[in-house]
Amino acid sequence: MTGFDRHLQTFGALILAALWVLPLAYAIWTAIHPAAYEAHFVLNAPLTTDNFVKAWNAAPFARYFLNTFVLVTAILAAQFILCTLAAYAFARYRFPGRGFLFFLVLLQLLVMPDILIVENYRMIHSLGLVDTITAIGLPYAASGFGIFLIRQTFLTIPTELDDAARIEGAGPLTILWRVYVPLARPTYLAYGLVSVSHHWNNFLWPLIVTNSVETRPVTVGLSIFSTIDAGVEWSVINAATLMTSGPLLIGFLLFQRQFVQSFMRAGIK
Amino acid sequence: MSRRHWIQAWLLLLPAMVFLIAFTHVPAVTTIWNSFFSTPRGRRPSVFVGLDNYERLVADPVFWKVLGNNLWFALGTIPISILLAIVMALFVNRQFRARGLVRMAYFTPTVLPLIAVANIWLFFYTPGFGLIDQILGWLGFGQTNLLGSPDTALPALMAVTIWKEAGFFMIFYLAALQSIPPSLTEAARIEGAGSWRIFWQITFPLMMPTTLFVSVNAVINSFRMVDHIFILTGGGPDNASSLLLYYIYETSFRYWDTSYGATLTVVMIALLCLIAIGQVFFLDRKVHYK
Repeated sequence: MTGFDRHLQTFGALILAALWVLPLAYAIWTAIHPAAYEAHFVLNAPLTTDNFVKAWNAAPFARYFLNTFVLVTAILAAQFILCTLAAYAFARYRFPGRGFLFFLVLLQLLVMPDILIVENYRMIHSLGLVDTITAIGLPYAASGFGIFLIRQTFLTIPTELDDAARIEGAGPLTILWRVYVPLARPTYLAYGLVSVSHHWNNFLWPLIVTNSVETRPVTVGLSIFSTIDAGVEWSVINAATLMTSGPLLIGFLLFQRQFVQSFMRAGIK
Repeated sequence: MSRRHWIQAWLLLLPAMVFLIAFTHVPAVTTIWNSFFSTPRGRRPSVFVGLDNYERLVADPVFWKVLGNNLWFALGTIPISILLAIVMALFVNRQFRARGLVRMAYFTPTVLPLIAVANIWLFFYTPGFGLIDQILGWLGFGQTNLLGSPDTALPALMAVTIWKEAGFFMIFYLAALQSIPPSLTEAARIEGAGSWRIFWQITFPLMMPTTLFVSVNAVINSFRMVDHIFILTGGGPDNASSLLLYYIYETSFRYWDTSYGATLTVVMIALLCLIAIGQVFFLDRKVHYK
């Protein structure tokens, strides 16, 4: 590649990057400046945290955050446990029905609970769980994707390790916990990041099954806050928007490499 | 040994399978079942109506409209997202000083909630004082109403989707690029091939499995991603920007016509299965999963 080519590519990369951060940068600009500077870009515009304070006080965001936090943690814990057990069975056991059951697992990669909102609502309703955090999480407690991903990792672990542990007198659950789980740590990290960001961002299903402040996650809270728009200023809505994405965004900036590698690992397997 | 072995395996699978079957397979089957019944209303219970819901579906102009929208949405977002993803991956696959920052800029939209993304973009699109109108105003053009006119509402949603997805697809291409042995491109260069030719004759064909994988994911996503519609257009004007899943939501949870909602969901499941069959035929021949 010639030097000119190289510079041209770098230039192109920078232009595209600038274009790509523009929407977010603009949101940040309006959120940290008084409303008068919404479309008035001067370097000496005064900074303010008023918009965040106003947004925080205008809606029960503290509660929304708590709900999301509980939801995301519970889903992650359930997925780790259920998917690990199932993945171990698929990776290390031969039993009747294995192929069919694995097919059922893979089917969930395609027909996800996300699109089965009508019947899942009926199910949640008949369980009497409408408007609970449990209801938001239940359909995602077992994940076909998680089982598949963890199984793929377990398959790469040499069976000699099992045999060695078995000679020592370890049962299957001990082997799973002591040998398999520690060796699959990078996969758990990858899957964890993907799962947390997916459920932090999830909107449609929580919108359907929740209808009170005590259960709503931040995404639903934000949508209500920004569509009521009884004269709420743009800058305040933007502050709320940034606030709700804030924890993920900060986590991403701090662990950028892990995030990118996790999404890559989760996608390619 | 073997009987105990089987029981162990089934016990390990039991908890996960209960949840999977209860919230994916059972609802998928009852969706089909319920599409043959009427929606219970007040005192009138649900009754078997045969294919009535499907007859209604075929005659429903809104259904055809949203199905067409979904098709345009997929055609409008997927090729552009993939093209941009490849360009981005090529950009950040070389060493240069701001590389980390640039990669971060491309990828950041991926971690934002779609609801938040929609809020951010609303500022661009709002008639009068949105950023697009402000810029057009300075240039001497009149007001626009991108989200409010039937011709531009769907493209406006597409732009948001492309912005959100391109960086996500980029990382798969980045992985693909890094797995191509440098000796191949070096050999081509020694033979006198230019960058353009190397890309089309070596890099792009070698990334074909990635392209197919990303395409399938993108198609599935185009059926699933509807959150931004809630904020930006509400499906309007006159369903110009409504997609299938959004229509299912409206039918089932705004008008509480759950049987018709189930019928629409059957179409969704059928489409996804078609994609899966297509994937088996086209993708699995070229990609070997380990």
